[in-house]
Amino acid sequence: MDSNQGSMKSDLVVYALILILACVQVFVLKGHLVAMLLVAAIQGFLAVMYFMHLSSEKSTLRLALIPGTLFVLVMMNMIWADSYRLIHLKPFAK
Amino acid sequence: MSEANLTMGHGAGVMEERPFAIPSKKLVMWLFIISDACTFGAMLFAYGYIKNAAPDWPHPFESSSIMNALFMTFILVTSSLTILVATRAAKAGEKSKAIQWTFITVVLGLAFAGLHLKEWFGLIGEGVKLFENPWGAPMFGASFFAITGLHLAHVVSGAIALTVVVLGYKRGRYNSDDLEIWSLYWHFVDLVWMFVVPMVYLMNVKVG
Repeated sequence: MDSNQGSMKSDLVVYALILILACVQVFVLKGHLVAMLLVAAIQGFLAVMYFMHLSSEKSTLRLALIPGTLFVLVMMNMIWADSYRLIHLKPFAK
Repeated sequence: MSEANLTMGHGAGVMEERPFAIPSKKLVMWLFIISDACTFGAMLFAYGYIKNAAPDWPHPFESSSIMNALFMTFILVTSSLTILVATRAAKAGEKSKAIQWTFITVVLGLAFAGLHLKEWFGLIGEGVKLFENPWGAPMFGASFFAITGLHLAHVVSGAIALTVVVLGYKRGRYNSDDLEIWSLYWHFVDLVWMFVVPMVYLMNVKVG
């Protein structure tokens, strides 16, 4: 299996960054959903690339895993229009 | 060369190179992880839908709950670091160190689960049930317990899986690759929590 997986020092840097970003979420961005989710996305990127070592795998694996997953998650955003319709108690469009 | 020879491994020279250059077991874990990511994504979107559509969504979390969630984050991220130490030790052939750090990871996972259950029992004590709560939208309990419960189930099953794998590794049944593959799952559980905290906790902080 791939042994080129960064050093302990880089793991510690990523660990510290993820914790700092968690503190930023709680103490600075609390209540601002989009900003908090952007920070969570950065945390997730760091975890996937450096803790899970996807950055040191072949690019074909990254291409096989990431775009498809992101596509599915982005497509799920279609629900928001309907949830806003519900809060205003508007009927379906005729 | 016959097909039988190729499948038996006698035709290795003419076989195509593995496209991802990882063992099949690791690829299977990655495929499981992306399908699980879509499951959690769907649950968080469904949660957002219900919350968005409810005019009286409860905001029950006081600063003590938020600090508890932050402490839980600290424990889970630290457990990701300890499983990295374990995996590195296993790769370096330091068996006892790998076993020790994997067990530390399992203990941290169980501590996380304990804090989570404490939070649950606190809410249940305040009157939160699956379809009833004292503050507003009745679906709050069902959505909160479903998302955090699914995550908690992942943490507990991850702790069990790591224990089984590390005991097998100790006996020589599993190797460092198996430990690394299960560490991927553990990091994924950590990753999911990073999205659960802002959506479920930080958006429902008690006002005033």
